Amino acid sequence: MVEELLVTARHNPKVDPSLAIWSWEIPVYLFLGGLTAGIMCFAAYAVLARKSDEMPFTHDRFALWAPVALSIGMTALFLDLEYKLHVFRFYTSFEPASPMSWGAWILILVYPLMILQTLSTLRRGYPALAGWVEKLPLGTRALDLSENARRPVAVMVIPLAVALGVYTGVLLSAFSARPFWNTGLLGPLFLVSGLSSAGALALIGSRLDCEKHFFTRADVTLIGIELTLIAMLVINLSTGAAQQLETVNMVLGGDYTVPFWLWFVLPGLLIPIVLEIFEMRGICRFSMVASFLVLYGGFMLRYLTVEMGQVSTWTDYAVQFDPQLLLRLTH
Amino acid sequence: MINYAMVIDTTACIGCGDCVVACKNENQVPAGLNRDWVVEETRGEYPHLHTEFRSERCNHCGHATCVTNCPTGASHYWKDTNIVLVAAEKCTGCKACIAACPYDARLIMHPQGYIDKCTFCHHRVDQGMDPACVSACPTGCMYFGILNDPDSQVSRLLRTRRHKTLLPETGNIPNVYYLV
Ligand code: SF4
Ligand code: SF4
Repeated sequence: MVEELLVTARHNPKVDPSLAIWSWEIPVYLFLGGLTAGIMCFAAYAVLARKSDEMPFTHDRFALWAPVALSIGMTALFLDLEYKLHVFRFYTSFEPASPMSWGAWILILVYPLMILQTLSTLRRGYPALAGWVEKLPLGTRALDLSENARRPVAVMVIPLAVALGVYTGVLLSAFSARPFWNTGLLGPLFLVSGLSSAGALALIGSRLDCEKHFFTRADVTLIGIELTLIAMLVINLSTGAAQQLETVNMVLGGDYTVPFWLWFVLPGLLIPIVLEIFEMRGICRFSMVASFLVLYGGFMLRYLTVEMGQVSTWTDYAVQFDPQLLLRLTH
Repeated sequence: MINYAMVIDTTACIGCGDCVVACKNENQVPAGLNRDWVVEETRGEYPHLHTEFRSERCNHCGHATCVTNCPTGASHYWKDTNIVLVAAEKCTGCKACIAACPYDARLIMHPQGYIDKCTFCHHRVDQGMDPACVSACPTGCMYFGILNDPDSQVSRLLRTRRHKTLLPETGNIPNVYYLV
């Protein structure tokens, strides 16, 4: 039994008493990265499935939100860097063992495709914006080119967007030093959550009933998968070794129990899935509320995961003291 | 490859913290930041208590997860050794390496913002000297040398004395040994 553990002379900011290197910026980036992946996938699906009539929003207006979301996300990521002037260093080497390096290069591949995907929707979806682009040098040609390449771009977008969505989870799961993150389930979990967030956003934007129904159905399925993955994550950790057990205790009675279940799983997954099932059955219409809850849940998932991963550790230097000792002394 | 190791005799350490001060002086570590530290661990039940003093730092791991997770190559092995360094001019301050270190041995060097850590005083090692902490220890309980040289003092100590490393189960292959 370790009864007392003191560390003299180590109080490094953001490292002690427990890691606090990443605050809101990284969760915002991971959330918007996943959302971007979801938007790109759905927009590409609408093109490939030729759904211009049934899903006009997804087909012609949705893609624009991908570069908006990703750019805000990248700004958050940039704000997190401690040495901002060196941001270009991500692109002076490729480190195959580092997921973050993969992420940086995936973004380089994603951006041009995402821009092409967006340009191809402007004339039909946002004519005013298209008019503005046409005034730029080569603007008309860029729009023509993107429209002609719409299907091949959509084909390429799907694997890259999936890579982007999975990457947002793998980035964390690759840290063997943080037991809460170190599980292969984070990649699929973040991908599915990104898709369901994008579905929720599409529900807010779409006007046609058949388009709304498609996304309600999609979201119910995706949230169902997400709940299953979260259950698997908890089972996976709670059947693990000491480090994993210690981390899963954070959500099973420990400090993060209330935030995890009451602030995330209940309002971010359970309530919206119930509302959307009601909606599918035609009992009532809640789409806006459910959508905002799903988006909130998507962010909370990243926020809590980033935070709990940092708290989970191999080295716990907290001063431990067993009050039982004193009791025994008095007997 | 040269495998440097530090061997620290916990039975001789008195927890004075001189290694911490020596490091701060030698490497001009800003106030409030530390590259090494001393852990005081008491185990057992009163009155049968046992206290261990451990001077801790980066373990210059054989499989350094901070190096594998660094996206820019800023965290790297020095020459052909296991000494892990950070090239400040390549570091973006993304902090992936901090999250990747199971020993929490890395810190953010303010105000520049790059990441800093123990260097095993490679600038001294380059000149055949011991790291500053090893030289400063008043009890002489710290040793530094080449592990893959069977005649080095560290190799001989590890052959003859009971020892341990911290959290070898992380798979990082730590190179700071503690005589117990
Ligand atoms: S102790 Fe941490 S910082 Fe040092 S080499 Fe190992 S992983 Fe890297
Ligand atoms: S903070 Fe610097 S040394 Fe650490 S992983 Fe990022 S770029 Fe590499």
